[in-house]
Amino acid sequence: MTFKPEHELHTRRKGRNIGVGLMLAGFVVLVLALTFTKVTNGDFELPKAEELTQ
Amino acid sequence: MADASYTTPAGEYDTQLGDYFALLKPRVMSLVVFTALVGLLAAPVFVHPVIAFSSILFVAIGAGASGALNMWWDADIDAVMRRTAKRPIPSGRVPAGEALSLGLALSGLSVMMLGLSANLLAAGLLAFTIFFYAVIYSMWLKRSTPQNIVIGGAAGAFPPVIGWAIATGSFSVEAWLMFALIFMWTPPHFWALALFMKSDYDDADVPMLTVTHGRRATRAHVLGYTLLLVLLAVGTGFTAIGGPLYLAAAVLLNALFLKGAFDIWRRDEAQAEADAYRVEKKFFRLSLWYLFAHFGMILIEAMLRPFGMGGW
Repeated sequence: MTFKPEHELHTRRKGRNIGVGLMLAGFVVLVLALTFTKVTNGDFELPKAEELTQ
Repeated sequence: MADASYTTPAGEYDTQLGDYFALLKPRVMSLVVFTALVGLLAAPVFVHPVIAFSSILFVAIGAGASGALNMWWDADIDAVMRRTAKRPIPSGRVPAGEALSLGLALSGLSVMMLGLSANLLAAGLLAFTIFFYAVIYSMWLKRSTPQNIVIGGAAGAFPPVIGWAIATGSFSVEAWLMFALIFMWTPPHFWALALFMKSDYDDADVPMLTVTHGRRATRAHVLGYTLLLVLLAVGTGFTAIGGPLYLAAAVLLNALFLKGAFDIWRRDEAQAEADAYRVEKKFFRLSLWYLFAHFGMILIEAMLRPFGMGGW
């Protein structure tokens, strides 16, 4: 198994890449929290059977 | 964007995350966040904190996106104006194409996510605000009429209406009162800036009132718009979003603001030159506090309401 030496570009852009990574992770967490809130608040509740027959 | 800079020789400037952030006009973004939050909290509807937080975040991202689009379009005039020459594009830190891509991508993302987190009305209004700022104001009005900031001010006035729409899913008189407050505040705020920025707008060929109608007319306009603003701001104190605390603060702030506008009106250029535009700069600084304090008081009145205080 061989490991290639790290490209200079990765060192140069380390800060930027970490920043983008953290933002993407934050976005995923936010969407998860939003979905959880919407589902538990009943935003996506199915209509009751009697409402459907009316 | 990675392909072009992949071959950037070592030693040449590599765009940093902070440069992209600067494209989003963080100071304008903070004002948008604050006014949208006040609009959301002043509405008589409870919003789940997670939904409120994410919705305001997407409004902020939308505002940032319109800032990036504005910087992309205005890069040529930003380069010749002293105040804006250090912005990311004219200073060479961010390529113009990347600013355009970032602006378009964040516009789409913010509108779509606001539609999912809040409602389609709020999302539609955010989309219209981005369009208004980037296309109507930046591409059309800014370079064609001295009324540019009067009409363009509407773009900055929409956030509290968006905040209100996030909470209620509708519009109301109170939301439009907050809109009117920012809308009427924008002209005196920017004309005071134009008075002491001197030749900046001249150099860039932007038809600001100072350039097209002269400084005397601009001073008169500052006073005229301030008079209308004072009536509106104090009058808001008697509405559902106002209250005794707001009214007390509004009377004091508007007295100070009116005095500042009057001082600007009665001076001439020779006097202003002599003291390096002290009065105009003071008025500009006061205008920032003025808007912040009015919205702060609306927020305080709304926060006190559940405890039986606040409002009338």
